[in-house]
Amino acid sequence: MQHTLRQVFRSGKFIVGFSILMTILLIVIIYPWVVRHPPLQIIGQGTFFPPGIYVNVYDAIHAPTLYTLNLEDAAANRIGNKLRQEDRVAMKEWLVAFGVPEDEIDIDDTEKLLALWEANYNPDLRLPGMTFARHRYFQRVNASIDGLLSTEPAIIAAPNSETGALEQKALIRQTDYANVDEVANVRILALGTDNFGRDVLTQLVAATAVSLVIGLVAGLIATTIGLTLGLLAGYIGGLVDDVLMFFTNLFTVIPTFVLLILISFSIGQDKRGAITIAMVIGFTSWVWTARAVRSQVLSLRNRDHVNLSKLSGHSVPRIILVDILPYIASYVVMAFILQVSSGILAEAGLSILGLGPRTTETPTLGLMMNWAMIYQAHILGKWWAYLPVLVTIALVSFSMNLMNTGLDQVFNPALRD
Amino acid sequence: MVNKGNPCLSGRGVTKIFGFGRHKTIAVDHVDFDFHEGEIVSIVGESGSGKTTLAKMLLGLISVTEGEIYFQGKKRDLSSGRKKQEYWRNIQAIFQDPFSSYNIFHKIDSVLLDCIRMRGGGNLPREKKVEMMTEACSFVNLKFAELTNKYPFELSGGQMQRLMIARIFLLKPKILVADEPTSMIDACSRATILDYLMKLRNETGMTLIFITHDIGLAYYVSDTIYIMEHGRFVESGSADDVILYPKHPYTRRLISDVPKIYEEWDLSTV
Ligand SMILES: Nc1ncnc2c1ncn2[C@@H]1O[C@H](COP(=O)(O)OP(=O)(O)O)[C@@H](O)[C@H]1O
Ligand SMILES: [Mg+2]
Repeated sequence: MQHTLRQVFRSGKFIVGFSILMTILLIVIIYPWVVRHPPLQIIGQGTFFPPGIYVNVYDAIHAPTLYTLNLEDAAANRIGNKLRQEDRVAMKEWLVAFGVPEDEIDIDDTEKLLALWEANYNPDLRLPGMTFARHRYFQRVNASIDGLLSTEPAIIAAPNSETGALEQKALIRQTDYANVDEVANVRILALGTDNFGRDVLTQLVAATAVSLVIGLVAGLIATTIGLTLGLLAGYIGGLVDDVLMFFTNLFTVIPTFVLLILISFSIGQDKRGAITIAMVIGFTSWVWTARAVRSQVLSLRNRDHVNLSKLSGHSVPRIILVDILPYIASYVVMAFILQVSSGILAEAGLSILGLGPRTTETPTLGLMMNWAMIYQAHILGKWWAYLPVLVTIALVSFSMNLMNTGLDQVFNPALRD
Repeated sequence: MVNKGNPCLSGRGVTKIFGFGRHKTIAVDHVDFDFHEGEIVSIVGESGSGKTTLAKMLLGLISVTEGEIYFQGKKRDLSSGRKKQEYWRNIQAIFQDPFSSYNIFHKIDSVLLDCIRMRGGGNLPREKKVEMMTEACSFVNLKFAELTNKYPFELSGGQMQRLMIARIFLLKPKILVADEPTSMIDACSRATILDYLMKLRNETGMTLIFITHDIGLAYYVSDTIYIMEHGRFVESGSADDVILYPKHPYTRRLISDVPKIYEEWDLSTV
């Protein structure tokens, strides 16, 4: 036993797979301790906020200390942020079309470009051949560069409670900085928000946990049923074998996933909890474990150590548990790992079809994919809403399959290299 | 052997068929036999002639397709687990391949402890059990102290097979079926295995059903010989009759294949 374990942990593939899975598991366990936000809370007003650090502007202005930093590239950055290279090219295009000689325009000289623009641009003028969308685009650019070169401080004013007139409260100079640590409200949205305005990362961690549990429950159920039926059919044989194999063959003929869809559909949306789905998956996927275990047992039950155990007067249950089970244990572990990983995938498949767990309580990896697809995250290019989910699903099933391959190499001497 | 004991194990029309239809194999084909108490019976045949299948039927490990086996004059009844356990108190086996005869996950002590338990000694104090196991091991020239807490794969094939004899020493059954007990062992250990087996049988007086593909060896050890070909007994009788005056061509062929049968026996080729 110890010897086997030591061998297993010497297999490179197993170690890599195991480490990936353990890392995922650790994150899933530790993350909720550190970040205590409810995973399904809607925080964003709007859909698909991009990943980043969100700093509360109100709190930044009211930070206890405003520091003055004289940084050389601050002005350039400020302008660059509002007037990107493609905007400059577009402005040149407009000016040329308007009739300004091309060699007079230098798009790298911001001041000159803005002066030319100021002098010539007319927001109401729609040049011939220009689409309406393009026309609106130039209006937007014009609005954004308004006051771009100004060096005046921004004024913070509040209305006087009596007269209603605005009163200046503070001046924010362009060299004023707030330390992020001193800003009262900063929220890191490492993976942005989803279509409902929920924190994708927090949701992803919670979903991974739920999906792992679903896989585990489905795998446990499938392996338990498959193992029990396989052992009984294989060892006892005869009528028991015939009856059990009849049911197994019945299940083999019906495609499992179709069965899964039908059952999930008939349970109904509001009765489909995560565990219910896991159970449905488990109850429909034991078939091949049963078949595989049965054929292993068939070849084991005629071995002499089993005969010797019979001759020593041991009972059938004891022989099955002591003389058969340990011999197929490695096999069963491998089947279990595969069942877990295919259970996770089955949940994802069901949820993408809209037949997964009901959507109100817990996120699952499949549900996140489902939401991302319904709200067209992939078409809108909101990668953070679906790509991390895909990567997580792939990593979980990759790590498990890798562990399995590693185990196979340890237990199956023919595969050793 | 002039005065044979009572028949302890007999068979009439015993047949075993594996598979159905086109894949049917008739492994044992209507064999009749009478094994007598205290006898050493050899069943001789080439590989694939159905010896192991017959042995397993004798042991009650596989069902009999057709025919009847009689144990101590009465029809053998193995219909319940209890009856089988009772039967196995009387008949035991040593298998061909010692490497697959042990549960590799169990320390070898458990094999011997099972025997003590089967003989009703399950509640004996630990020291008494150790004493019995030590005695059994020393019978086959093994040291229990060196073997205890070891796993089967830490032993050599010869040691494993000797331990199987020690097991029989503890069980003291009335009948022992030894299915080619030396064929998977390295040549050096074969003679000793055979010696211990014969010593055990001489001390206990049990009936020994010795299965072998080696007709010379059969002649060397047994009182009665059954020659088996393609699942049938083609010839049987006392060892002298069968070997010195063979009637069936198959028997003659087997005898002619043995190089030095009338000369001094060379045990290293056993
Ligand atoms: N469990 C089984 N299933 C099908 N055929 C078997 C089985 N066991 C033995 N046989 C067949 O029965 C015949 C006799 O085998 P066996 O009794 O092992 O011969 P021996 O022990 O004399 O070498 C062989 O042809 C073998 O292939
Ligand atoms: Mg054989």
